Amino acid sequence: MRLSSIPISAWVGIAGITLALFCALFAPWIAPYGERDVVGDIWLPMGGDFPLGTDNLGRDLLSRLIFGARTTIFVALAATVISFSLGMLLSFTAAVTGGFVDQLFSRFNDLMMAIPTLIFALVVLAVLPQQLWILILVMAVLDSTRVFRIGRAVALDVAVMEFVEAARLRGEGTSWIIFREILPNTLSPLLAEFGLRFAFSILFLSTLSFLGLGIQPPAADWGGMVKDNKDGIIFGISAALVPGGAIAGLAICVNLVVDWLMKRTSSLKGGRGDA
Amino acid sequence: MPDLLSVKNLKIEATSYPPGEPPKTVTLVENVSFDLQKGKVLGLIGESGAGKSTIGLSALAYGRGGAVITGGQVLLNGKDILTLGRDGVRTIRGCKVCYVAQSAAAAFNPAHKLGEQVIEAALRHKIMSRPEAEKRALYLFKVLGLPNPETFGDRYPHQVSGGQLQRAMTAMALCPNPELIVFDEPTTALDVTTQIDVLAAIKHAIEETHTAALYITHDLAVVAQISDDIMVLRHGKTVEYGTTKQIIEAPNQDYTRALVSVRQTKREEARDQSNTLLKIEHVSAGYANGFKVLHDVSMHLPKGQTLAIVGESGSGKSTLARVITGLLPPSDGKITFDGKELPRALSGRTKDELRRVQMIYQMADTAMNPRQTVRDIIGRPISFYYGLHGAKKTERVRQLLDQIEMGDRFLDRYPAELSGGQKQRVAIARALAAKPELILCDEPTSALDPLVAEGILNLLLKLQEETAVSYVFITHDIAIVRAIADSVAVMHRGKLVRFGPKSKVLSPPFDDYTDLLLKSVPEMELGWLERVLTTRRMESAGN
Amino acid sequence: MAGGGPITGPALSTGPAAGGEGLSQSAPVPGALVTPPTGVVTGTFWRRFTLRRPLAALIIQRLGLSVGLLFAVSLMIFGGVEALPGDFATTYLGQSATPQAVENIRKDLGLDKPLTERYLNWLGGAVKGDFGTSWASKNSVSEQIGNRLGNSLFLAFFAALVSVPLAVALGMLAVQYRNRLPDKIINVVSLAAISLPEFFVGYLLILFFAVQLGVATFPATVYDSMGFGERLSAIALPVATLVLVVLAHMMRMTRAAILNVMSSAYVETAELKGLSAFRIIAKHAAPNAVAPVINVIALNLAYLVVGVVVVEVVFVYPGMGQYMVDAVTVRDMPVVQACGLIFAAFYIFLNMAADILAILANPRLRHPR
Repeated sequence: MRLSSIPISAWVGIAGITLALFCALFAPWIAPYGERDVVGDIWLPMGGDFPLGTDNLGRDLLSRLIFGARTTIFVALAATVISFSLGMLLSFTAAVTGGFVDQLFSRFNDLMMAIPTLIFALVVLAVLPQQLWILILVMAVLDSTRVFRIGRAVALDVAVMEFVEAARLRGEGTSWIIFREILPNTLSPLLAEFGLRFAFSILFLSTLSFLGLGIQPPAADWGGMVKDNKDGIIFGISAALVPGGAIAGLAICVNLVVDWLMKRTSSLKGGRGDA
Repeated sequence: MPDLLSVKNLKIEATSYPPGEPPKTVTLVENVSFDLQKGKVLGLIGESGAGKSTIGLSALAYGRGGAVITGGQVLLNGKDILTLGRDGVRTIRGCKVCYVAQSAAAAFNPAHKLGEQVIEAALRHKIMSRPEAEKRALYLFKVLGLPNPETFGDRYPHQVSGGQLQRAMTAMALCPNPELIVFDEPTTALDVTTQIDVLAAIKHAIEETHTAALYITHDLAVVAQISDDIMVLRHGKTVEYGTTKQIIEAPNQDYTRALVSVRQTKREEARDQSNTLLKIEHVSAGYANGFKVLHDVSMHLPKGQTLAIVGESGSGKSTLARVITGLLPPSDGKITFDGKELPRALSGRTKDELRRVQMIYQMADTAMNPRQTVRDIIGRPISFYYGLHGAKKTERVRQLLDQIEMGDRFLDRYPAELSGGQKQRVAIARALAAKPELILCDEPTSALDPLVAEGILNLLLKLQEETAVSYVFITHDIAIVRAIADSVAVMHRGKLVRFGPKSKVLSPPFDDYTDLLLKSVPEMELGWLERVLTTRRMESAGN
Repeated sequence: MAGGGPITGPALSTGPAAGGEGLSQSAPVPGALVTPPTGVVTGTFWRRFTLRRPLAALIIQRLGLSVGLLFAVSLMIFGGVEALPGDFATTYLGQSATPQAVENIRKDLGLDKPLTERYLNWLGGAVKGDFGTSWASKNSVSEQIGNRLGNSLFLAFFAALVSVPLAVALGMLAVQYRNRLPDKIINVVSLAAISLPEFFVGYLLILFFAVQLGVATFPATVYDSMGFGERLSAIALPVATLVLVVLAHMMRMTRAAILNVMSSAYVETAELKGLSAFRIIAKHAAPNAVAPVINVIALNLAYLVVGVVVVEVVFVYPGMGQYMVDAVTVRDMPVVQACGLIFAAFYIFLNMAADILAILANPRLRHPR
């Protein structure tokens, strides 16, 4: 694959993700003010000392945005990694083992998916203590049901291929079949799926925070910042739209990259089919 | 007499958009010219990629999947249909020229009744009124020998069999009384015993209606029965163009000669029956839902010989292979290998038992992991069974590549970079790498073009001489049986019909099914179809 | 996008992974149909019935499955809440509760009774529409929900009314101009729209239309004495938000569903019959595209029901969603349970409707051999 083969839209996506990651990694060094420092009047307009203005308590919006990138990306990424590992492990086991194990996992997964994710999260978070690791775990478990479904479908697609049967006939063990025969053939769709899940996690986390059930103040996170500043909207103060735009921007960037990955996968597959 | 269809210097190109590369324009067809008169049949023959379907569709001014006609003329009754424009072309399609696709199952709309679809073109082009069209459809159903012609049109596509659907597709093409029909491999997807019926029906219908036809196929024996002229195509170019008699009996070009003489080889069977390698005794098998596929099947195979299992789809021949490998444990009976009973299920077999039986599949594409190189594919059994690694393993892989007549330059290629024949050779090398005593070959040549298939068969015979390996060869093709088998088992609907040495199984007296099967195989001979049909008619009259 | 629905991410129907996801919505059903879940009656009678009336059998199975799912979901919502750490009584009274007060409250709330009895009581009440008393307001939950459910459905109904025809039209437009400029523009815009959180869209609309232009009202309060016209103008912005959010998904899935049909061999056959473009679409493509498109619509409506939660909070609209979010913040469990169950029921019902419509539209099932 050559770099020039990447379309512009994907470059935009990659650039956006890189910028967000840079902010997240080096927040304390690049943010002009502290995360929780009250530095001025409330809801100051953009410009001057505060490029993006100040928030409802007089904190620098840009600094909070940069620190917020850290929280938002870290939590979303952690939830995605956990949900992906969990979903993939269970789905590949189900697909390769088949029979009772497959039935059990799949039916339970159907049950979990019968409740809308947000509603499920609301019910569970109503009961559980508000802690960061619980939040990540709830997001991960709920999202892993979607990963399970995809993982199982993709693995089954490959598992019925004759080269897998050939490996079975040779006497290969389950782990060889999963890691050497099936996994290499599912990497591209799964990579795209990982991107999708990450974008979804960012939006989901932001929504929960916006509803007051995600990251708790005073820690900065983008969804929470929208909640903090939403009362300004009615006075024409756009402070809430800044973190909202950041969420949308990052999600768009991730989706642009995913879109490209998917097109690449499908055209690869098409190429093989035509032969 | 003026020509009905006259194609002049046809050039067809397609643009593909490989990811990450500038668009590529490929020439599919170049400089092809032919003429077709009213009521005549022209056969277009060639391997896959020869451009024969693309040429056929040009008679409807249609390019499939991005193919564009970029040069030449297609004259229908002296008028170039390529210049007609969108609406003009619609007055040709389904009216003057009709099309019969290879897969009727996909080409019929699942949501409408067959009858409606058959008469649709005739009604839409205002060629006839509804009662007239219905009458004609009924007549065509009768001519094509469809069961219950009165009610056949009330059925939905999924309610009838593949052979019937193919005939219904022919009826659909004939219904508007077109001047020309393009048949695109109409019998390729069918079993031989069905193929002969459809073929006879098409021939009969063409004669009855005096329609001209372009008949596209890869099977020279089939086209020889039906066409007046034949054009042999390769890589989008004309190889030879002449009357059917000339092409079959006195071909000018080497390529045509090779096509005509393909699979004419016959091998003497080995007589030695003493040393039995594989013995199948009273084996029955079925699937978990209770559906039984094999009923009480017994056969055996001496060492170093080839057992051909012949049958049509649904005969249980592939299931038998699955039973031998242990993928599907038999419900009854036993399988003995080299004097020892084989455990029923795959999981019960030892590594050595697995090593001694290897398998080659029909589709080499799906039988090899697309993410592994030839080195890995062939090397895995070597390291798995013999524990060889590094230079020693590579040495052995090279040796095997030599044996399958491919060089070391293929070592680091991926399957996608190989041709169909090369892929199948690599699959053979992978089986050989285990040094097996028995190789199960599940239709390894049926997806390949005839000349390539011939090469694979010769390779298998050569390897048998070199290594004394035994083959169980599953096929639907009698010509292959003649070429390679020592003993033959004929299967039909899960039962063994006939088993014994090749010379006995393939000579009379026959049982009914073997007789039908043998007589249905097209022979490279003019007038074969008429002969078979006449004998059939006489037999049925005699009964 | 509030992460409510299972409908996730862009390009649902391109690429293999997307194919899986696209199917995933209805997948519980076909999967379950092939191998009926344990508990479904399997006797000779049922087997014969399946053979004779496969369509009816499939639909009955699907209905049964939904009832079973709903039952299991009620168990999860009730049991899951019970099994989780922390005592409601303590939560209810706060940290300063004396043991005696906790004991009294437990009795008051019926928490001293055995679990199964409480579950059966709760479920029995729920079936009759009685969800108990709110801990926070001491009012009947059902009474409060009744009004709010109506408001939520009102909102969702108008959002559906606008978005469904628009999505189908845009999807068809994209197919018509496939790989040309209009399709590419629709693709990029919808990709962006999928990535926008509901609250961002909502506040953007408020800032622009309500604050700067002053043509719309905010907050979107509705009350009983309001006339129909007033109500409509009050919900204009929330409806617009929901439409924007759900439209992109629905349109992309519609486009994929129609494209799938248009690239089939039978459409080529129709083209080679020389039929007009209109007839090809109306007679040959449409009957086969109806099922997948209806499926797409039903699934997105299911998403819409959940999407209202965030939109209601943004617009301070007195619906179910806001009620539930408020209850979650104060841990008012009877309300949370009731809302959870009702949302899940709608979701399951719409998914079921999607599957049954797909079954009905399949000619192979409608006309068995």
